[in-house]
Amino acid sequence: MTKPLLQVEGLKKYFPIHKGLLGKQTGFVKAVDDVSFYVNEGETLGIVGESGCGKSTTGRMLMRLLEPTEGKVTFEGKELTNLSSSNMRKVRREIQMVFQDPYASLNPRHNVEKILTEPLIVHNIGDAKSRRKKVYDFLEIVGLSSYHAKRYPHQFSGGQRQRIGIARALMTNPKLIIADEPVSALDVSIQAQVLNLMQDLQKELKLTYIFIAHDLGVVRHISDRVGVMYLGRMAELATSESLYADPLHPYTKALLSAVPVPDPEYKREQIILEGDIPSPSNPPTGCTFHTRCPFKMDACTTIVPKLEEVKPGHFVACHLYNELAQH
Amino acid sequence: MTESKLILEVKNLQTSFFTDDGVIPSVDNVDFHVREGEILGIVGESGCGKSVTSLSIMGLVPSPPGKITNGQILFRGKDLTKLSEREMRNVRGNDIAMIFQEPMTSLNPLFTIGNQLIEAITLHKKDWSRKQAKARAIEMMKLVGLPRAEELIKEYPHQLSGGMRQRVMIAMALVCDPQLLIADEPTTALDVTIQAQILKLMRELNERLNTAVILITHDLGVVAETCERVVVMYAGKVVEEGLVETIFNNPQHPYTKGLIASVPDMRYKKQRLYSIQGNVPKPGTVKEGCRFAARCESVFGRCTEENPPLYETSEGHKTRCFLYDEKEILVNDKTAATS
Repeated sequence: MTKPLLQVEGLKKYFPIHKGLLGKQTGFVKAVDDVSFYVNEGETLGIVGESGCGKSTTGRMLMRLLEPTEGKVTFEGKELTNLSSSNMRKVRREIQMVFQDPYASLNPRHNVEKILTEPLIVHNIGDAKSRRKKVYDFLEIVGLSSYHAKRYPHQFSGGQRQRIGIARALMTNPKLIIADEPVSALDVSIQAQVLNLMQDLQKELKLTYIFIAHDLGVVRHISDRVGVMYLGRMAELATSESLYADPLHPYTKALLSAVPVPDPEYKREQIILEGDIPSPSNPPTGCTFHTRCPFKMDACTTIVPKLEEVKPGHFVACHLYNELAQH
Repeated sequence: MTESKLILEVKNLQTSFFTDDGVIPSVDNVDFHVREGEILGIVGESGCGKSVTSLSIMGLVPSPPGKITNGQILFRGKDLTKLSEREMRNVRGNDIAMIFQEPMTSLNPLFTIGNQLIEAITLHKKDWSRKQAKARAIEMMKLVGLPRAEELIKEYPHQLSGGMRQRVMIAMALVCDPQLLIADEPTTALDVTIQAQILKLMRELNERLNTAVILITHDLGVVAETCERVVVMYAGKVVEEGLVETIFNNPQHPYTKGLIASVPDMRYKKQRLYSIQGNVPKPGTVKEGCRFAARCESVFGRCTEENPPLYETSEGHKTRCFLYDEKEILVNDKTAATS
């Protein structure tokens, strides 16, 4: 019934570090290190993690806004990673992106109509008349009005700008939307409006979402499945019910327990992690989390744990769930 | 707990900005108080006036264009709005200290951590030797849980992570044992696991040193976990005030209700989030009536004509909404009885 719309295998992104006068390469920042996952048609996959975990880099590599160092991205059976740039541009009609900062992602010199028609011109869709009609239609769909078309980005509030950003992504009738922190710059009451809009659009237009965010509450609300990333690797991947009810990876456990819950009577055991996230230019050996992990074993410092299915649909990369490593 | 003395009383505070578009009161008619040793949360969305309130207390409102145009800020009975800049400088750091959201912009990148901490100490303790000040700096760094303080003192801000920088800021703020600490979005720029560390540290320091804290935040979760009492602000006004349990279990103002309902809860999945319609009004645009009226679901005639006062609905619980006016309650009861 459902088939993967997008499949990612062994995705890696190493940024070289250059030092000194001659710019000698001295190492790599391993921003994304061997990440694999799939997204089914019509579902929402959430990707969470703290800053520097590689979630945004992953999102950008899926669209090849950044070239992957290694790995395969397959969209509708087509391998994107070896397409020519002109062929890749055609695929981008099907995959669109919504960015975090609604202030930086809209050109301040263009009015809304120009911003929204641009994707249609790039992909050579329709004529001037049908394009204009489409702009008006989509403005209504995202909860703005056709008279907004002649206005400029600075005349809108943050929430309205994010609606414009969403409308722009929808102009080419894409199948997959990659949303990178789409609500984190917004106030709570506006955030709820935008999340509801995204859910309505998904139902109406049969969209598939990859929703990248750091807010665990927001991700739970919108996602069917959630992947947790730490230092460039996928630590855990499961349906959102299973992940939030029964987190397996010690990092996920700590992360979930650290989120402040808006209920003063809610009592729980907080796991407060020691220290900071290590630098991705010099990540710890073995499991990258072992420097902060309360359950560290010998194997953790040397062997990289693989992402394995522990329960149906629940994947975790941790030696605690790997019988061999424990002995 | 209830007998503890008031340390700060803000009465009828109005801070206005004199702009080309006219005088805009960004904080209007704000009243609240802080007791000794308590943690008070001020919560609201961007533009609600929570930061301007805290800057007013510290006497740091950028002037021009800003100015305190009305009201009193009483710190242990002394009106801070009447003090000269020189006297105010004595209050800052010694009596009231403040930490900000972005620890990187609050620290000078050209000086070492130690240098900046020692400067703060010698500025207030004129008779201390540099050696004494250095010892105090190291003591404070240990108090806020910074590792290897003796070496860290020689490092520059860019060598520290965000969480460590915020710890340095807290150490700097507490260096002269202030009685009140104002923390303006202290964890907003930090990751959740680091936020948990900093909030835990603030709770511990509050208990250990009995420093009263005003925690300004937009995050209802942070308020629920850290504060004893909460003040909810909207468009420059206090709309609700009460104990944290009361506010979360029995919110009265339609804005507070909406705000709490629109937060996605990590513990269970809601089918659909509640969302407050519309946007926050631009400061200065609502001249008459309740500032929330245009977005309120329970709006009625009076709301757009009169400015609602704060009604005390139970002890310590105040709401700025006509729904809690005795007259309206009587009318509502009658219509409920007849229908």
